[in-house]
Amino acid sequence: MGLISRPERPELRTGVQKTRRLPAGASDEAAAVRDAGFVTRFDALLNWARKNSIWPLPYGTACCAIEFMGAVDSVFDLSRFGAEVVRFSPRQSDLLLVAGTITYKQAPILRRIYDQMPEPKWVFAMGVCASSGGFYDNYCTLQGIDKVIPVDFYIGGCPPRPEAVLKALLELQKRIESAPAAR
Amino acid sequence: MAVRSAVNPGSTDYARFEERFRGAVARDEGMVGVGAVWRVRREAILDVLRFLRDESGLRFRMLTDLTAVDCAPVRDGDRFDVVYILHSLERGDRVAVKCAIPEEDCRCDSAHALFANANWLEREAWDMYGIEFRGHPNLKRMLNHKDFVGHPLRKDYDIYRGQWLSESDDLLDELERRRELDPRPVPADRETMVLNLGPSHPAAHGVLRNLVELDGETILHAIPEIGYLHRGFEKSAEVHDWNQIVPYTDRLNYCSAILNNIAYARAVEALCGITATDRTMFIRVILGELSRIMDHLVCNGANLVDLGALTNFWYLFNLREKIYDVIESVTGARLTNSYTRIGSLWADVPPEFSDSVRNVLREIPKAVGDSEKLVVRNRIFIDRTVGVGKISTEEALSFGFTGPCLRATGYEFDLRKAYPYDHYDAFDFEVPTGHQGDTYDRVMVRFEEIRQSVRIVEQALKMMPEGPIKADHPALTIPDKKQTYGNIEGLVNHFKIIMHGVQVPKGEAYVASEAANGELGFYIVSDGGQTPYKCRCRAACFHIYSAFPRLVEGGMIADAVATLGSLNIIAGELER
Repeated sequence: MGLISRPERPELRTGVQKTRRLPAGASDEAAAVRDAGFVTRFDALLNWARKNSIWPLPYGTACCAIEFMGAVDSVFDLSRFGAEVVRFSPRQSDLLLVAGTITYKQAPILRRIYDQMPEPKWVFAMGVCASSGGFYDNYCTLQGIDKVIPVDFYIGGCPPRPEAVLKALLELQKRIESAPAAR
Repeated sequence: MAVRSAVNPGSTDYARFEERFRGAVARDEGMVGVGAVWRVRREAILDVLRFLRDESGLRFRMLTDLTAVDCAPVRDGDRFDVVYILHSLERGDRVAVKCAIPEEDCRCDSAHALFANANWLEREAWDMYGIEFRGHPNLKRMLNHKDFVGHPLRKDYDIYRGQWLSESDDLLDELERRRELDPRPVPADRETMVLNLGPSHPAAHGVLRNLVELDGETILHAIPEIGYLHRGFEKSAEVHDWNQIVPYTDRLNYCSAILNNIAYARAVEALCGITATDRTMFIRVILGELSRIMDHLVCNGANLVDLGALTNFWYLFNLREKIYDVIESVTGARLTNSYTRIGSLWADVPPEFSDSVRNVLREIPKAVGDSEKLVVRNRIFIDRTVGVGKISTEEALSFGFTGPCLRATGYEFDLRKAYPYDHYDAFDFEVPTGHQGDTYDRVMVRFEEIRQSVRIVEQALKMMPEGPIKADHPALTIPDKKQTYGNIEGLVNHFKIIMHGVQVPKGEAYVASEAANGELGFYIVSDGGQTPYKCRCRAACFHIYSAFPRLVEGGMIADAVATLGSLNIIAGELER
């Protein structure tokens, strides 16, 4: 299958386009491509694959982990967005989903798990505890995971509803889609 | 509120006990929910506890809770009180024993040889208050991390003073000590392997960590480390007013938040000497039992996923979503409901409540039956659960087991039957028990309890009366809006409760309720102020998890996973 990188064609910038839409009178080369399948930029293809096969690592510590299970179950069904393959090994995942309170005691572990994840990687702070410590403003609770690792999306709520997790996932997909170049 | 306590207050057995320890024991002021309180000289504490445990006519075989109170701001003299709450399950009686400890010589004898769960309880008391328990086998930090300086529940520790940790404890010192205390020889040609299970591990529900020493796949020693989700419930409670604590209780056992709300509200109501209205009690029963069902669904669903049976998860979670919808229509939240208030509820139920509950009740037997049928005669399930993680009744009581895990050993004990509250004595339901206290029994007891809860809810729906939900007590319950806007008295009461919170009289109480995991008790001390002086949560799974090494040592790693799932360890409740 031929994959042709043609950055000069702006109408192909986003996602996949079927070759059926090629203008009439396209070259033989284009016709060959049409028979083979489709044409796109390599970047776009890669981003398209990435955004639809996010493998989250649910770092579930508390109440939010139960709502994450809600997001996975058959009512909300995270798998509709290609993100149902949860991995508990940081080496196999690209989305760190921190669901729950992180304490000072846990902070070094969270940092190590983040470091073990291969690039590219993204982080969700699910719920207010992970985002800011929430109403646990006290001696044992870390006041937001962004004190130890970078965060891409903060999901509000205590705990957030499953829809909020899905919304964050869709936002992440948008961001991945428009990533400038393959990393 | 029916807080039944001593069946025989001031009985001859108590008198005999006081006679036996004349000079070392003195009656103290009462504690609500407890038959008698004695103040004991600390030299005599072990003898007193042994006598109370073994003497016929007393037989306080369970150490329900052990904690401390820092009395520095309110008392001259000895700074700490160590409080032991004991329970005689056969006789239906509770007593408390207090022991004053001076700050300069902050030591007390360890009771770990008398009660197996004292080991962890004393570690926690040391961690939080700095009381040293002489003779304790492993007095290390428990809920706080190894580099933590100070003792957070002392009144002079600033609640906002967090302390960073750079590297986790490797636990090898504990392993070394365990090897000495409990050697398990392996053949000379074999080497053992040390492995970390957790804290980030698919089968480590929440963030539980176990350091295990393995011979092949057999676990020789397991060293649990907890505290990764210690969120400072007790310290936070001391700076919030009585109703503001309700949301914190949600997040103890977050799989069944309403049961925690109810347990907390009952404790404070008992301390105030008031009773909720009948309608409130029935609503609490209905939503509490629905929460219990949800908790068991999560526990069994997750446990079966750990065993590789994913289908059960879908069946059980579908049902859970339906119950969520009902609870959401009442409380506005799916998981953390904060539904109770002292002496009342956040709001009455909506008009279509009964119908929606009946609709969901119809679906429960099918979903549970479907899931149960998949496993009850399933060869893989039976092989992996029967005889795995077994514990005898005697040992379970010594570890302070309550709830489904105790009943699975064949011991019929349920607080709803033993000390009926919220009209539980009006309902016809059974207490299911297992046979040998293994993983299979624990799973099956939970399935059966779901059915019994359905029966209770059905009856409660029929019996639920109309009427007010707020106890008629202006200092505790907020007046209706009509009163607030209609007359000056209502306005003043509203203002007082909003600005100053509810007024709880001086005193202390220990009140327990049957939550999904077992006995959920609140030991509350009030100095008459706006916030609790102390608000201690007696968490069922703290005691249960302290038996985890005993349950898994000698078994395989895979058995440890099955056992852990069946214990229903919820980190929020375990570590508070």
